[in-house]
Amino acid sequence: MKLTGAQILIKMIKSEGVDTIFGYPGGAVIDIYDELANHPDLRHILVRHEQGAVHSADAYARAKGDVGVSLVTSGPGATNTVTGIASAYLDSVPIVVFTGQVNSALIGNDAFQEVDIVGITRPCTKHNYLVKHVEDLARTIKEAFYIARTGRPGPVLVDLPKDVMTATIEFEEPGEIHIKSYRPTYSPNRKQLTKVVELIKQAKRPLIFAGGGVVLSKSSDEITKLAKMADIPVTASLMGLGTFPGSDPLWLGMPGMHGTYRANMSIGSCDLMIAAGVRFDDRVTGRIEKFAPNAKIVQIDIDPTSIHKNVSVDCPIVGDCKKTLALLNELLEKEDSSEVRGDRSEWLGQIDEWKSTMPLRYDQDDEIIKPQFVIETLHELTKGNAIITTEVGQNQMWTAQYYDFDKPNHFITSGGLGVMGFGLPAAIGAKAACPDKLVVDVAGDGSIQMNIQELTTSLEAGLPVKVVILNNRYLGMVRQWQDLFYNKRYSSTPMECAPDFVKLAEAYGATGMRASKPSEVRETLEKGLAAEGTVIMEFLVEREEMVYPMVPAGGAITEMLLV
Amino acid sequence: MKDQKHIFSILVDNEPGVLSRIAGLFSGRGYNIDSLSVAQIVESNASRITMETSGDDHIIEQIIKQLHKLINVITVIDLTDKQHVKRELALIKVHAKPEHRAEILRIVDIFRCRVVDVGHEHYTIEMSGEEEKLRAIMNLLKPMGIIETARTGSIALAREKENKNNGK
Repeated sequence: MKLTGAQILIKMIKSEGVDTIFGYPGGAVIDIYDELANHPDLRHILVRHEQGAVHSADAYARAKGDVGVSLVTSGPGATNTVTGIASAYLDSVPIVVFTGQVNSALIGNDAFQEVDIVGITRPCTKHNYLVKHVEDLARTIKEAFYIARTGRPGPVLVDLPKDVMTATIEFEEPGEIHIKSYRPTYSPNRKQLTKVVELIKQAKRPLIFAGGGVVLSKSSDEITKLAKMADIPVTASLMGLGTFPGSDPLWLGMPGMHGTYRANMSIGSCDLMIAAGVRFDDRVTGRIEKFAPNAKIVQIDIDPTSIHKNVSVDCPIVGDCKKTLALLNELLEKEDSSEVRGDRSEWLGQIDEWKSTMPLRYDQDDEIIKPQFVIETLHELTKGNAIITTEVGQNQMWTAQYYDFDKPNHFITSGGLGVMGFGLPAAIGAKAACPDKLVVDVAGDGSIQMNIQELTTSLEAGLPVKVVILNNRYLGMVRQWQDLFYNKRYSSTPMECAPDFVKLAEAYGATGMRASKPSEVRETLEKGLAAEGTVIMEFLVEREEMVYPMVPAGGAITEMLLV
Repeated sequence: MKDQKHIFSILVDNEPGVLSRIAGLFSGRGYNIDSLSVAQIVESNASRITMETSGDDHIIEQIIKQLHKLINVITVIDLTDKQHVKRELALIKVHAKPEHRAEILRIVDIFRCRVVDVGHEHYTIEMSGEEEKLRAIMNLLKPMGIIETARTGSIALAREKENKNNGK
């Protein structure tokens, strides 16, 4: 069967089980879009900015637990994807980004809308390709998906010159993918696991630290089982929220710069840390020498580079979290359960004391809305069942602290790169993946404006999302730093000049609502969440509210600024 | 921990952009490249990179892991603590005034290298060996006036079975 490059591309994308593409057309990909018109079963969601296409694909991948796909044109289309790709890279999200490229004969000639996107994205993709011959196309696409979803997942970019898309060849189905230089280790070393069993039996103050790797490997059941079986309290990084139920008594909350008092104190005091799918980011560890100083650390990760990178580890285990934790649980089940559970009364008692003396807290009066109150009410009204995306800054931290996530894949945020403007396109991507779910973007007044154009995408594609804007008329997190460490010199952080978000929503054809008093919060959320279509709910919140606890940059995480 | 010199033999797919991936990894993560030499392995679609770098144990461990993580890197061998042969080739163009010619040829003879180009006013000497040997001959030739030099950077192979991939 003779096929064009564009036909092969669509055929291969479909054969990977993809049903949705987020994209934006342009000259270099016009042949692909022409072909796309023949495939109503492959849904194309037309974004309004290419950055949005990648964030949407990212969130689609995370909500669905599969690969997300975006398609953009050459030059500016391609460069606009870079922030999204870098974010997916740091959060290990499997996406494949197809970029158009000028005719291969023109490459290197500074042609119109030509850019070396393979060169630009080399350091922020797991791998990338420039397809020079149509003969290589099918196999390259199959490899791209394979690399994106296996091992430690990540973004893969495939650059497609226009002439490769129009060229015709006899199509041959590519065979199984074997890359001799790429063989991720899934199965852990069993000897190491027997060591972990002994460590658990000896531990007096054990702690589980779960991260994004637990979400990616779909092993939150295994983590929960381990915690329950051995009676070990659990903390989870921003990327790992939801892997362990936020309503469980063993839950400690998130650790790190804005972690809970009890999570940070527990890390400071534990004698065993079982870390799964985490990379010990500086926002978690604070000053490295003071991080878990008394603990033996077990680290499970599929990526060997994550181990020994930031902290020294006593028991490194390279392997898939799901496989490793399942095996560990199997081994523990064979042991005497009283030895596995040990006597935790003193340890858990200490944690309870930390929890009761220093809980997360804020004071809601009758006058001004506290942002934390909005998040708590949102959690109550959605019963924790909504998929929550966030922008970046205070809105993100309050959501992490006050929306007690019970399930994985329900919290979608730009963790590693910290992209303002992530939340709205991410909400659209999550809604495309899970149309039956309520999807809410928690935003700040600054970050919502960074990709506000995606409101149109949501309306046109029939993907209704709810946007909660915590409007404090500041770039709140930077202002918080200026308040604490820069003598309150609010340099360029006031956002006094802002659009009327209610009118803005209406101008886009969405619904706009506003609450300015604490008494209006619940009603506004109830109405807004229940309303059909896309809704912006603006909450005029306390301008100078701070995110606490806070560990000053470079400090030990047990030394927190508290309310 | 102290910085130590290491020499790696890295087998990679012979594809465009591979060298840039490796160079980008080093510059992006702040590792040093002291010398680098790359060529395709005859009749294969792989290339061998010999690279000298330096760092403490922690950095060297990360360098090896990060190199392995690149999809196009097939193997990374740290030759530093293994038995290996190491060579570098240099071309040295030196002023050859009539009164110095005999002396230069004597030095060439002692170092067992050879003159590969002769002009009215210069000799070009081809010299291979380990870095110390190259440095020694350059020191001796310096008084005559070295015009320019070109060096390949080190290449190295393990003495025992580690070089089994060669030629495949």
